[in-house]
Amino acid sequence: MSDIVNIALGGGGKQFQKFLKDIILNYLGNDILNRLGDASYINLSGEISYSTDSFIIDPEFFRGGDIGKLAVYGTCNDLVVSGAKPEYLSLSFIVSEGYRYDKLERIVQSIKEASIDVGVKIVAGDTKVIPRLEREQILINTSGLGKVIKKLNDYNNIRVGDMVIFTSDIARHGISILLEREGVEHNIESDCGNLWNIFSKLDYKYIKFARDATRGGVAAVLNEISNMSGLGFEIDEKLINIDERVKYFCEFFGYDPLQIANEGLAVIVVDSSGVDSIMGILKSLNMGKNASVVGTVIEDKKVMLNTYIGGRRYVEMPYGEILPRIC
Amino acid sequence: MNWIESFRDKEIVENLLKKIEYHILPDKEYKIMEICGTHTVSISRSGLRYILPKSVRLISGPGCPVCVTAQGEIDAVFELLKNNKNLTIAVYGDLIRVPGSDGKSLLDYRGNGYKVKIIHSVLDILKYAQHSNDEIVFVSIGFETTTPQTAFLILEAFKKDINNLSILVFNKTMPEVIDVLLSDENLQIDGFLCPGHVSAVTGDELYLPMVRRGKAAAISGFEPVDVLYGILSIIEQVNNKEFKIVNNYKRVVKGEKNKVAFELINNVFEPSDAIWRGIGLIKNSGLKIKKGYQQYDAIKRYGIKFPDYSEKKGCRCGDVLKGYITPDECELFGVVCTADNPYGPCMVSSEGTCAAYYQFGGRFE
Amino acid sequence: MCLGFPGKIIEMDKEQLVAFVDIAGTKREVSLAMLPDEVEVGDYVMVHVGFAIAKMDPKEAEETLKTLLEYADELDREF
Repeated sequence: MSDIVNIALGGGGKQFQKFLKDIILNYLGNDILNRLGDASYINLSGEISYSTDSFIIDPEFFRGGDIGKLAVYGTCNDLVVSGAKPEYLSLSFIVSEGYRYDKLERIVQSIKEASIDVGVKIVAGDTKVIPRLEREQILINTSGLGKVIKKLNDYNNIRVGDMVIFTSDIARHGISILLEREGVEHNIESDCGNLWNIFSKLDYKYIKFARDATRGGVAAVLNEISNMSGLGFEIDEKLINIDERVKYFCEFFGYDPLQIANEGLAVIVVDSSGVDSIMGILKSLNMGKNASVVGTVIEDKKVMLNTYIGGRRYVEMPYGEILPRIC
Repeated sequence: MNWIESFRDKEIVENLLKKIEYHILPDKEYKIMEICGTHTVSISRSGLRYILPKSVRLISGPGCPVCVTAQGEIDAVFELLKNNKNLTIAVYGDLIRVPGSDGKSLLDYRGNGYKVKIIHSVLDILKYAQHSNDEIVFVSIGFETTTPQTAFLILEAFKKDINNLSILVFNKTMPEVIDVLLSDENLQIDGFLCPGHVSAVTGDELYLPMVRRGKAAAISGFEPVDVLYGILSIIEQVNNKEFKIVNNYKRVVKGEKNKVAFELINNVFEPSDAIWRGIGLIKNSGLKIKKGYQQYDAIKRYGIKFPDYSEKKGCRCGDVLKGYITPDECELFGVVCTADNPYGPCMVSSEGTCAAYYQFGGRFE
Repeated sequence: MCLGFPGKIIEMDKEQLVAFVDIAGTKREVSLAMLPDEVEVGDYVMVHVGFAIAKMDPKEAEETLKTLLEYADELDREF
């Protein structure tokens, strides 16, 4: 086998068979996938949660993770914050010609590790090869099925006086990627992680609503919840945990850390009676050790931030693209 | 020395606020203009307006380089791209969302396959130009603090015989616009919060005209403590009617001109007239590339023509820049003109007064 | 109009007018071409768009903070 992907891989012939056997089944094989049907048969009873997500990231390998890990955790985290235990995943690669097999293998290996961590099985998949664009790259799509434990996607559950928890320190993923892209020496790890580790321990008790704060950061999530629920938030800057290096980087580039992406952080709205119990559990977990109660749900449909010096300002929905400022 | 956290200390902030409360005279409104966009963002981000006494009114001036770049100049960048599909446009991130007259921004152009590169420093451009055959045009914006870097870029390109690079110079200078503000009879400003980093380059002489005309001036850093300290100094000057340039940012600003920086600027640039968006033409307030370096002048290289300068209808950015109105007093604010869909220049840049107001709120009255 | 950030010089090449500064634990190249002051490794400079624009003076910073802390005592007297 050549050391790079060529168009023949997508053709379904010998090349593909070898890839399937040596890489996909070798790492990801299981009783369902090994049958190699055009479609898989799975057994799931009761209410099912279903989600899909596509992943493209530059660079594909970064401190604290890679696109493979991201593709598993990303979709699983969406199921988890919707109140479901992830069970099955589909996995599709779109790879450009010239992509190195050893990189592909590393990605599949990390997909294996992440899926074992979550406890999901890969049960369907596909691989396509596209002409090389600006550089050789890989895109991954995963879709996931989860068993519903508690239906959380209902904004009507949220009440004034509920408390808001960030399950981790903010903005680490976005800043880590950015530094990586810049080619700067750094030691900031992405928080790319498995939220099932947290929610399985919390058992969804006292939790009224949850969302993972990926693109757009916690600012986007809080605004989205506010828009949909018709309620608002009052959060306290000094209660939000942020790694010092991440904080100063944001300032160096002119970013607002509230708008920077996370990949292992959930914003959860909880019944105030359960805060101590939830925080107790979170603090005992590696992923939740930097969790904090950051504020409360308020009547006024706005996201309000009490700043560290005692000032007040709105937290607006980010525009989309996070841009460095120089001035 | 903790250069940052010490100047964010909550206790010092509270003491400064108490002192400001103590010194403000009843029935007197203190109108203080922060000239600099970085001050605007800092004030908004730390929510200072909320904790300052109501009689201290902060007004944002013309110190956001994106906001004061004329629409005609912005449109010329897009025209240049359209006519030269293979060009690479290099810009600081601040410019990337600015819409042309047709509403399209550099982000849209990039989406259509044009080459647009965001840089953090002109050093990035130098490296890029040396290792690429692309024709690069750097759209240079900024004031005295940012202009020497562009001069350095041109000098280095000349030294290293880099020929695939030219610069569109939209840089502007401060003294002339300060003069325009001060000669405006309608302008009712008691004092100016003077930009710390500009001062590190220009020295404090930049602000002499202010105090000569009976306006207070305080050179300030950008942390909340710095800003409040500046405001306090201004209030004291106004109360005592003793106007002088107070330097509260001595850890960075020494007071004298940065000769090295001005040598860079003067080697490469000479004064030219410039149009300030929202304000109009100001004599000698812009810069153009000197004869010896004209091969780096994108205007010459591409025969760029600037379309007639025209303001957008209904947009009151000019009044905002001069401090006549706060952004929420403009009818378009938050309705036609939002951060996602900016209509006027002050909404475009995150340090623009309107954007800062929109994003972080005013005083919540 | 000019976002700046303090950086500590960890390495420098005086001839080339280039320094590496520590910004929150990372090493960043900064030009000294517009810096009017003499600097040494260990000094702090204010960095704007990849250039050191001024040497930072810790004594002045202390001085400013001292003045501000004295305000606290003054306030005690005033109220």
